[in-house]
Amino acid sequence: MGEYRAGNWVGAGRPFMISFDNVAYNYGGGELLSDMTLRLAPGSFHFLTGPSGAGKTTFLKLSYAELLPTAGHVTLFDRDVHGLTRDDVAMTRRRIGVVHQDCQFLDHLSLTANVALPLTVAGRHTGEGDLADLLAWVGLDKLSAALPPSLSSGERQRAALARAIIMGPDVILADEPTGNLDWEMSLRLLTLLVELNKMGKTVLVATHDLNLIRQAKSQVPARVLRIAKRRVQLSGADL
Amino acid sequence: MKAVLASVLARLVPAEPADAVVPPSGHTAWLTSFTAGAMTFLAVFALALSLASGCLADRWSAALERTATVRLSAPEDQIELQLTAVLGVLATTPGIESARALTDEESRALLEPWFGPDLPVETVPLPRLIEVVEDGSGYDGTGLRQRLAAEAPGAVLDDHTRWREPMAEAAARLRLLGLLSIGLIGAAMAAMITLAANASLAATAQVIKVLRLVGARDAYIARAFVRRFTLRALTGSAAGAIAGLVGVILLPAAQPAGGFLTGLGFQGAGWLWPFVLPPLAALVAFVATRAAALRTLRELT
Repeated sequence: MGEYRAGNWVGAGRPFMISFDNVAYNYGGGELLSDMTLRLAPGSFHFLTGPSGAGKTTFLKLSYAELLPTAGHVTLFDRDVHGLTRDDVAMTRRRIGVVHQDCQFLDHLSLTANVALPLTVAGRHTGEGDLADLLAWVGLDKLSAALPPSLSSGERQRAALARAIIMGPDVILADEPTGNLDWEMSLRLLTLLVELNKMGKTVLVATHDLNLIRQAKSQVPARVLRIAKRRVQLSGADL
Repeated sequence: MKAVLASVLARLVPAEPADAVVPPSGHTAWLTSFTAGAMTFLAVFALALSLASGCLADRWSAALERTATVRLSAPEDQIELQLTAVLGVLATTPGIESARALTDEESRALLEPWFGPDLPVETVPLPRLIEVVEDGSGYDGTGLRQRLAAEAPGAVLDDHTRWREPMAEAAARLRLLGLLSIGLIGAAMAAMITLAANASLAATAQVIKVLRLVGARDAYIARAFVRRFTLRALTGSAAGAIAGLVGVILLPAAQPAGGFLTGLGFQGAGWLWPFVLPPLAALVAFVATRAAALRTLRELT
């Protein structure tokens, strides 16, 4: 029975960012995830590992309500996703920054416009200086006018991270963010995620890169969740 | 023309950020404008047909309503006697304003379209026609017929009822058909804009996915499409309305001998009606695109 409760090591009374209670997900061709129970506490840093096809991406999609569980309950910021309207889902996603492996940009907009997209759709504005600072933080300040197709994989990943955090989300979810990057660029991205975690953000990174996980654990008290046999387990051995 | 109109509209309705996040949608852009323009062009003619038939119906009814004709056929030696009797009866009938016998020249003019200008009216045994004008209060047709039968047996009263009713009915049907055409044109335009909006939404499914991912609400995404399609319909429709008006202006002017077709057009304030069509097209586009966008968004994510 795979079960992990991060709540054991966070202060009582603090709300969890994301909770799974006996969650199962069925694609129609059989159960992909089953009987998953876990809590992600504020400020925690987790890696999610598992073999290809184990359900890491599905797990992340359940975590930002792109998919709904076929059984059990997913709770985001103390609200069951089954009770969320479409507008509620949109508002909830403003509190969750998502970095995809393929990044998903609007190719007709500049890098700056893409990074500022969450603010644009929320009807909020940020100062040009703040946006420039954010781009400088991810090392893309010289590419602000570039269109996404002209960016390298590493630049796209950093841009996706900038877009994910521009709204000041409580949670950052990253799906194989270093999958297309070389080691040096992977470390650079990891450093940015660690910095965000130290600023109080809850971070969950799906990856199969064990070296990246070892590197992270040397900088931050990261926990490793492993999906195996349709269930999530806390990885016991040190990596 | 269209570019100028679009420029004016852009000044009147400034672009919203929502517009920029949706990429240009290629062919659907000009197809929507073209559809709106073509439909409005047709609607202008349907409107002209409807209004003209309405005017004609009113005119015919008014002209025929207050007039009647007495046709007098009698042996040559009695015709003048009976004519005097008929005019005497008409002069003493309440509800009749005036009555006069048509002259030979007037009779010849009436028959000219069929027999030519050289018809010897004097030698042909034609019935005499007496034009009767009512005074508005109406007369007793049955009583008048009885009196005419007594005083002038060769006189027959024709109060135009058998002409007036079918004509009025035909004109009313024509007006209804015109209005029905406008309704169908509007429905067809709504259907085509809905298809164009659906195509545009399907082509930008990936964009919508990204927008949803970063927290865009359906209303925000729909607004971008709705505004775009509404403006396209408005500009296209305005161009179609202007083209339709030019077409109506270029139609031949109404001729007394030309009948209905040469009278097709607008009269007075009727010229303003075509200008109602572009806002109406924009409203149709707004409703159709919004419904299509919200429905597609629910299906996409």
